[in-house]
Amino acid sequence: MSESFTKGMARNIYYGGSVFFFLIFLALTFHTTKEMPERDNRQNITESVERGKHLWEKNNCIGCHTLLGEGAYFAPELGNVFQRRGGEAGFKMFLNGWMKAQPLNIPGRRQMPNFHLNDQEIDDLAEFLKWTSEMDINGWPPNIEG
Amino acid sequence: MNTLKYQSQAVAKPYFVFALILFVGQILFGLIMGLQYVVGDFLGGAIPFNVARMVHTNLLIVWLLFGFMGSAYYLVPEEAETELYSPKLAIILFWVFAAAGVATILGYLLVPYSTLADFTFNELWPTMGREFLEQPTITKLGIVVVCLGFLFNLGMTILKGRKTAINMVLMTGLIGLAVFFLFAFYNPTNLALDKYFWWFVVHLWVEGVWELIMGAILAYVLIKITGVDREVIEKWLYVIIAMALISGILGTGHHFYWLATPEYWQWVGSIFSAIEPLPFFAMVLYAFNMVNRRRREHPNKAATLWALGTAVMAFLGAGVWGFLHTLAPVNFYTHGSQITAAHGHMAFYGAYAMIVMTIISFAMPKLRGIGEANCNRAQVREMWGFWLMTVSMVFITLFLTGAGVLQVWLQRLPESGEALSFMATQDKLAIFYWMREVAGVFFLLGLIAYISSFWVKEKAQA
Repeated sequence: MSESFTKGMARNIYYGGSVFFFLIFLALTFHTTKEMPERDNRQNITESVERGKHLWEKNNCIGCHTLLGEGAYFAPELGNVFQRRGGEAGFKMFLNGWMKAQPLNIPGRRQMPNFHLNDQEIDDLAEFLKWTSEMDINGWPPNIEG
Repeated sequence: MNTLKYQSQAVAKPYFVFALILFVGQILFGLIMGLQYVVGDFLGGAIPFNVARMVHTNLLIVWLLFGFMGSAYYLVPEEAETELYSPKLAIILFWVFAAAGVATILGYLLVPYSTLADFTFNELWPTMGREFLEQPTITKLGIVVVCLGFLFNLGMTILKGRKTAINMVLMTGLIGLAVFFLFAFYNPTNLALDKYFWWFVVHLWVEGVWELIMGAILAYVLIKITGVDREVIEKWLYVIIAMALISGILGTGHHFYWLATPEYWQWVGSIFSAIEPLPFFAMVLYAFNMVNRRRREHPNKAATLWALGTAVMAFLGAGVWGFLHTLAPVNFYTHGSQITAAHGHMAFYGAYAMIVMTIISFAMPKLRGIGEANCNRAQVREMWGFWLMTVSMVFITLFLTGAGVLQVWLQRLPESGEALSFMATQDKLAIFYWMREVAGVFFLLGLIAYISSFWVKEKAQA
């Protein structure tokens, strides 16, 4: 780098640039949180959804699955599993049967543990996944397989 | 033989040693998970995948934190030209952090996660069960306490000593690390908000303040091994971290494409994260430039190799592999696929694992009283470790990228009805996962070579 560009100038670009862009980031964050009620389906958060989210966290579901594309890549995406596995008509029955059938014990197949949830808990989990699937997330994923 | 400029730098040694022990653990659990990808029921009853993954990623985070802390305790006194404010505090905090870390990992391994949550009163302030932030709330509080004590100790040291650019940048990075970690305590029911602010920890760490830490450590080692004028190196440091923050802060937007957020993030995130490779490219130019302009022949060739290697691998892993899937129209298809895993592996290894091993390579001979550098035989062994691990990581990344491309092709690109299901797709990727596992075994061999280099001595003269 040329001698006329001094360390002091570089330092000022660092401080000025990062403060400037951090302020823009904060402003956009403020705007985004104002916009989110239109998209994040928060009006449908019930106590059941809330309990479902706690169960989701308490059993470390994110350790194998993705949810809206984030998590581990070992097991299927669950952000849209509500639509993929039966929707309004069949999802709750599907999930109840699925959770109780674990572990499948198919030799060589990836194993999902049995988390010993009762019917009420499985219902709460289903409500959480249903609520999540009804968020407006700009059209992701590209197809039903997640 | 005493080879330290400031005696209190010695507190760095347990931090480095413990970091490397955890690193070995991380790799062992990585191999278990890699095998579970293809032999699904391997150890399924004893160590379910979610547990192995949690141990793998948490060990990574914790060993890097130990590495950063060790680096700071080593370089801050020398830069400030004064002894550390309180070596005793540093050692107490080492034991607190090590005990909390070991207890948490044992908790993951010995009891079901839900039992650990109950046992640690997660329901009082639920913060568990989110990717990378799986630690019990009490452990998170412990991390905050350790960070505060650590920052206090360093801050007092810098206050009474010389304030170099390297010290100030390192300190800014470490304070940022502590401040952004506080978002780990915010866990609203609304998943969209939860995820939005979760990225304030995850993204603003690895694509923000950690880059300051990496830049400062690299600058310090380059000054020491090349003897190039501090003014020149610090000027480069400012330019690089300026680019890193100017691109990386708004680059956070690349996580807000598909998250109940306004569409403008697709533009903001794409444009700014497209610039994110630049600071890493500048780091490559700078590291090679400084080594070529060196004014002394430092006997520690291995440290020089690590310094050049971390710059190159960070550019490839964080820069190139990050850019590969960061543009919104591409990310629509690759989000949450094996492409993400490929990028994550090379970026963390290249930028953060390697920078910690750079300073360990430089500092350990002095901390152990050997002198400026290890004997030639030990350095050759260490360089074997470098090349085996680095080349293996390149292959791990290539195989995961292959898996990811095929996954996108089979599962994401076709229409609903035509696309293969997730599990059916995974079966088709098995060959890539097997090759990744083989590359992982070679990585472990490299790690063994690297660790064993600490015991290699010069052959006795006949």
